[in-house]
Amino acid sequence: MGLVEGKFSDNFITSKVDSLVAWARKSALWPMTFGLACCAIEMMASGAARYDFDRFGVIFRATPRQSDVIIVAGTVTHKMGDAIRKVYDQMPEPRWVIAMGNCATCGGPYANYAVMQGVDEIIPVDVYVPGCPPRPESLMWGVMQLQKKIEQEKYIRR
Amino acid sequence: MVGVANVSRIEQQSTVHGTEELVINMGPQHPSTHGVLRVILKLDGETVNDLDCDIGYLHRGTEKIGENITYTMFIPYTDRLDYIAAPSNNLAWVTAVEKFFDWEIPMRAQYIRSMVGELSRIASHLLWLATHALDIGAMTVFLWCFREREMVLDLFETAFGGRLTVNAFRLGGLHEDVPDKFLQLTQEFADLFPSRIDDYETLLTNNRIWLQRTRDVGIISAEDAMDLGLTGPIIRGSGVRWDLRRAKPYAAYPYLDFVVPVGENGDIYDRYLVRIEELRQSTRIIQQCLEQLPGGPVTCKTPRTIKPPEGEIYHSIENPKGEFGFYIVSDGTTTPYRVRIRPPSFINLGGLKKLCVGQLVADVVAIIGSIDIVLGECDR
Repeated sequence: MGLVEGKFSDNFITSKVDSLVAWARKSALWPMTFGLACCAIEMMASGAARYDFDRFGVIFRATPRQSDVIIVAGTVTHKMGDAIRKVYDQMPEPRWVIAMGNCATCGGPYANYAVMQGVDEIIPVDVYVPGCPPRPESLMWGVMQLQKKIEQEKYIRR
Repeated sequence: MVGVANVSRIEQQSTVHGTEELVINMGPQHPSTHGVLRVILKLDGETVNDLDCDIGYLHRGTEKIGENITYTMFIPYTDRLDYIAAPSNNLAWVTAVEKFFDWEIPMRAQYIRSMVGELSRIASHLLWLATHALDIGAMTVFLWCFREREMVLDLFETAFGGRLTVNAFRLGGLHEDVPDKFLQLTQEFADLFPSRIDDYETLLTNNRIWLQRTRDVGIISAEDAMDLGLTGPIIRGSGVRWDLRRAKPYAAYPYLDFVVPVGENGDIYDRYLVRIEELRQSTRIIQQCLEQLPGGPVTCKTPRTIKPPEGEIYHSIENPKGEFGFYIVSDGTTTPYRVRIRPPSFINLGGLKKLCVGQLVADVVAIIGSIDIVLGECDR
């Protein structure tokens, strides 16, 4: 920190606003539970006893208005598309999206009339987690990737 | 005179404060609809007057996919119907296709199929108990049930390599024999699990809040349940002893000894008791399978390309949620002409209106939980 280093007593920390804000944001990512299909079961397992997402500050919320990240877990059908977009629009900025599983990523094994070929057709996705369904470890990896991404973002000057 | 004036004032007030019908939209994104069910409730105050289900939010065209791929290739798609108990669906599909042929399925394969089927029943009932209790407000049960569910998923991983969607069985038997470690771990699990069921019961069975929320709520009589075609724990909770493992045995069930539990009143509490008893019976079946497990091959001689003769068959098994069946029409080629799935959740959901009308709005969540639906197979 150059000039200011060593000028204050031990109780002070010098940091950049950007890194402070990024640290705060990445340490309490509250996801919106958007369980659609099979992946939702693995998402629940991630929150339960063995994998315990609470350790990362990831606490599932049932409403879009209290959440920072939406985990789209499962097959997105055309009928569901409107609802996803509506929920996404209700989330306050800054907001991120994790597409969990092959279906949310690209339609997965369902290439037909009913299924949207990836949720990125309607909302912008930050992290894609592959797998059918991904193991809880994979979802954990996805969340950590998102944390890395948030670390690199600039808030004062975009 | 004063009395008359008072009466007219009361009448006036009652017209001012009268309730009008309120339409509430529950879902498709609601944590306690167990997926993407949308329920349109019409309320008079807190009482449910009418109710309408909107399904199809997870319609993935599975039946249509079945017409375009071979019989073997369809097995992984069945995993994703009732994804909470994937091996059960595999079992329904392979036993349905095997009905076209007169193959002699080896006994070892039959026993392993029954054992894995019961493990999946345990996994399904545990997830049901976890989410149902969470909906009503018991958080501890959720964590405890998932602890044991992880053990079952570990067993699947040891035997088949997958946790949730396992693609467990093949036409004619199994893909390969299960490793010894699987049998050893299953034995350890079966020895441990009954004490864990007792643990769940200490939390719920005599819990005053649980009793108030579940007893005499969502009652359905045996006649109504049969008229609506309900199957699984919901009809057994109403006192009808109907279980396809008994009525039309498949796999190794003719050789296994188990009790089909039934309830008396047909309320949520009875369905809970039935499922808890089924957990115990499933553990018993697993113990028996491990004791009686014969040696030998795990698959019979099957042709390289599966070409069933022209015709149609229907075969159903007892899934954790009810009767899960496949109706297949074959035109003699390698792909089915038509695949029709008989999903227990879809048909059990038909009873929701009967169960909910006249109840309080807070009980709707508990009733949906007690039916134990999974939208993957409901919407197909």
